[in-house]
Amino acid sequence: MNNTMQDTQNTMWIDNREVPIEGERNVLEVARKAGIDIPTFCYHSDLSVYGACRLCLVDIDGRGVNASCSVTPEPGMRVKTNTKQVRDIRKISIELLLANHDMNCPTCVRSATCRLRELAERMGIEKLRYKPVHTPRAIDRSAHSLVRDPNKCVLCGDCVRACHEVQGVGAIDFAFRGADSAVMPAFCHNLDAVECVHCGLCATVCPTGALTPKPEIDAVWADLDNPQKVVVAQMAPAVRVGLGEYFGMAAGAVTTGQAVAALKAVGFDKVYDTSFTADMTVLEESEEFLNRLNTGGTLPLFTSCCPAWVKYVEQYHHQLLPHLSSCKSPQQMFGAVARKVLPKHLPLEEKELVVVSVMPCTAKKFEAKQEKFNKDGKPEVDHVITTAELGLMLRQVGLQLQNLEPESFDRPLGFKSGAGVLFGVSGGVTEAVLRYVVEKVQGKPLEQVDFHQVRGEAGLREAVVKVNDTEVRLAIVQGLANVEAVTKQIRDGVCPYHLVEVMACPGGCVCGAGQPHSFNPAARRERTKAIYDHDRTMDFHKAQDNPELAAVYAEHYGEAGGHAAHQALHTDYQHRRRLHELDLTVTDSDQEDKVQVRVCVGTTCFLNGSQELLRKLVHYVERTGLQDRVEINATFCMENCGQSPNVRVGNTHIEHCTFDTARDALTQALNPDISSGFAVSP
Amino acid sequence: MQQTTVRNFEKICEILERYERNPAKLVPILQAVQAEYRYLPKEALAYVATSLGLPPSRVFGVATFYAHFALEPKGKYVIHVCDGTACHVKNSEGLVKAIRKKLGLSKEKNTTDDLLFTLETVSCIGACGLAPVLMINDAVHGQMTPDACATVIDKILEEEKEA
Ligand code: SF4
Ligand code: SF4
Ligand code: FES
Ligand code: FES
Repeated sequence: MNNTMQDTQNTMWIDNREVPIEGERNVLEVARKAGIDIPTFCYHSDLSVYGACRLCLVDIDGRGVNASCSVTPEPGMRVKTNTKQVRDIRKISIELLLANHDMNCPTCVRSATCRLRELAERMGIEKLRYKPVHTPRAIDRSAHSLVRDPNKCVLCGDCVRACHEVQGVGAIDFAFRGADSAVMPAFCHNLDAVECVHCGLCATVCPTGALTPKPEIDAVWADLDNPQKVVVAQMAPAVRVGLGEYFGMAAGAVTTGQAVAALKAVGFDKVYDTSFTADMTVLEESEEFLNRLNTGGTLPLFTSCCPAWVKYVEQYHHQLLPHLSSCKSPQQMFGAVARKVLPKHLPLEEKELVVVSVMPCTAKKFEAKQEKFNKDGKPEVDHVITTAELGLMLRQVGLQLQNLEPESFDRPLGFKSGAGVLFGVSGGVTEAVLRYVVEKVQGKPLEQVDFHQVRGEAGLREAVVKVNDTEVRLAIVQGLANVEAVTKQIRDGVCPYHLVEVMACPGGCVCGAGQPHSFNPAARRERTKAIYDHDRTMDFHKAQDNPELAAVYAEHYGEAGGHAAHQALHTDYQHRRRLHELDLTVTDSDQEDKVQVRVCVGTTCFLNGSQELLRKLVHYVERTGLQDRVEINATFCMENCGQSPNVRVGNTHIEHCTFDTARDALTQALNPDISSGFAVSP
Repeated sequence: MQQTTVRNFEKICEILERYERNPAKLVPILQAVQAEYRYLPKEALAYVATSLGLPPSRVFGVATFYAHFALEPKGKYVIHVCDGTACHVKNSEGLVKAIRKKLGLSKEKNTTDDLLFTLETVSCIGACGLAPVLMINDAVHGQMTPDACATVIDKILEEEKEA
C-alpha cells in the first residue's frame, strides 16, 4: 500500500466534512479537532473513558446512536453529530439532571463556569418538563481545602477517576445505588477524616459546583477592615500567569504588576512574593542535597514544596519520610520569615501582623492550618486564598484587572530571581536547584542556566546532569500515581536517582485547583510557557544571586543550611493513619478491669505479620481461659509504622512486637505483682 | 451491635486467603464475609480494603451498590413480605402492620434489638397464586392473614427459647 492511499483512506466523515484521523482515541476527539464542541460531562482526555453521561451521542452510519467518547474512529466512518434524535436525547439528559439538581445557581460559586448551566442554556432549555425530584443532602465543609456539595453533583465520576487514576488516592467513590447514588468518601465519612491529600484535582475536573475550593475571603476582608491589623500578602509564582484568565484574558497572560495592583486595590498594606522564599528554598534544599550527596546521606532526596505530596508520603510511605527534604514549603518559609523580618523592618508589633497567601492551590489551605505551623496560637500564615478568590475580591470592589496600572512588589520580601519563579511549573524546582548545585560543585559561575532536559509534560521524566565528574540523576514526577514507580525502586533498592521532584498537579502549580477554571485544554501549556518566558525577562536567574535574599540571610539566619536557618525554615514529618475510629473488636469481655490488647493491622503492620500475631494472641487467650479478663482489638495504623508490628497491651506500647513479648506484657498486666515468665506457653 | 468474634475474624482471614487477596475478587469476598456476619460491618470492610490494597471508598462503594449486601446487621430471621401487585391487592400492607406491631418495629426500625427478626418488603416473589405471601428466610408462607403472622412468629420465638 503506498502512502497516498493510506492518507486518503485514513479519514472519516463528520457532518459531511472529511476529517483526517490522526491517532485520536475516539470519535469525540476527532470531532473536537474539527471544531465541533460535542457536549460531555464524563470525558477527560487525561482520564479513562467512562461513557456514562450520554451527552456525547452521535449518529454513526450503520451503527445508530452511540457515545462518541467510546467509539474508535475508523477510516470511512460517517458520523452525524446534530440529528434531531441526537439533539433530543441530549436535551432530555440535561433536563433529567436538572430535575435532580439543587438549582440555586445565583448562590453557587461555580455559576459562571458551570458546565451544566452552560449546556442547559446552549440547548435552549427554558423550563423544566420533569417534576423536580431533588432531596437535599448535607454539605461537607469539614476539610480546609474543599467544599463538597452533593446537591450539585451530576454523577459524571470525573472526580472519582481523577483521584484514583491521577493521584492514586481514591479518597472518594460512588456509593449506594439508583436514586441514592452519590460520590463520597468511604463510610459516608467527611473528607477531612479520610485519605484525601487536598490536591483539589477533583474540583478542577468537576463540571459543576459539587466540589469547589473552600473560600476564605470573608476572614481576609475582616482583617483588611480591622484598623489594628497590618495585612501583608505573599503571591505564589503561578498566580501571575493564571489571574488574567479569570478576567477573560488569554491563557498564560503574565499579569504580575497588575496582580500586585489588585492586592493593593483591595487593601493589602504590603505585597510580597512567594518567589522570594522559593529562592530561599533553593538555597536550603540545595545545601541539604549537597550535604546528603557528600556524606552518604539518604538519597534520593524528595522535594517537599507540594503539601499534597507530603501528606501522601506521610500516609502511604512512612518508611520514605527520611527521603523528604526537611525544608518547609515556600509558603510556610514566607510565613516564618515575615514574622521574623517584618516587625523590625516595617516596623510593627508582632500581633498586628496578618499574613495572607495567594496560592494556585487548595492543599496550601490545608498546609497553613497544620498544628506544626502554628506557634503559640499564632499560625505562620493566617489565611490562604486562591488565585480565583483574589479575582473575586477584585470584582467585589468593582475593578477589572485589565484596567489596573501595574505596581511593583514591596521589598525586601518581594525581590526574587527567575529560579524562584520557576517553582510554578513541574520541573521548575529541579531546575532552580540545579542552577545552584551545578554552580557550587563546578566552582565557577554557571553561564547556561536553562536545563531543558528537566522540562516537559510526561508524568515521570528522567534527566542526567554532569557536573565535573559527578552525574546527578534526576526524576520529575507530576500526578501522585506516577510516583509509585519510584517508591517501588527505592523499596527494591534499585532507585537510580539522587533528586526526585514531586508535584501532585499535572503541570505543576500553574495548573493547581486554585487557578481560575478553564475549559481550554491548551491552558496548561500556555501557563507553563509564560513562567519560562517570565524567567527569561528577569535580571537574575539564580537564587544565590538574589541580593535581597543574601541580606536577609546575613541579618537573620547566617549561612544557608546553618543552624538558625534550620530552626526557622525546616520542619519534620509524621506518620498519618488513613482510617479513623475503625477498630475491629475480636474478643470482648464485660468485666470492668479487663486488659485491653490492641494489635495494629494497618497496612505496614499487616505486611509485617500482625495478622498472625493477632491470631496467636486470640488463641492464647482462649486456651488459657482469659476471655473474661482480656479484650482484643484489631486497630488501624498507630502512626508508628517504622516500628511495626505495633501492639498495645493496657498502657504499654510494644514496637516490633512478637508473640512472646505480647504474651509477657499481657501476663504482666494481668498480674502486676508477679514477674513475667509465668506465662502459659503456647 | 453484634461483636466481631474470634471465629468471625479467623473467618475473614480465611476468606481473604481463599481468594488469594485478589482485589478482582472483591464481590465474592464480600459475599463470603456477609455470610459470616449476616451483614458487612464497616470495620470488616476496612480490614478487607487494607488487605486487598484497595481504597476503602471503593470497597464501601461496592458494598453499598449491590442490594444483596447489608451494612446494618440483619436479624437471624429475615421476613420478606411480598408487596407485588397481587399481594398488595390482597392486603399485604395489613401483614406488615401486624408484624410491626407484634415485633415493636416501625418504618424506620426494621430489625429487633435482639437481632432475631428483620422485616423487609419485596416486590413479587413469583408466588402470586398464594397471595398474600411472605417468606421467612427460605420458607414461603402463603395466604397469610395478620393473625397467622403473629402465630408464625410466636412459633419461632418458642423454638428459640427451647434452643
Ligand atoms: S482533593 Fe485530591 S486527594 Fe482529595 S478527593 Fe480530591 S482528588 Fe482526591
Ligand atoms: S462531584 Fe463533580 S466531578 Fe464528581 S461526580 Fe459529581 S459532578 Fe462529577
Ligand atoms: S462523554 Fe461520552 S458518555 Fe459522557
Ligand atoms: S500500620 Fe502504621 S503503625 Fe501499624
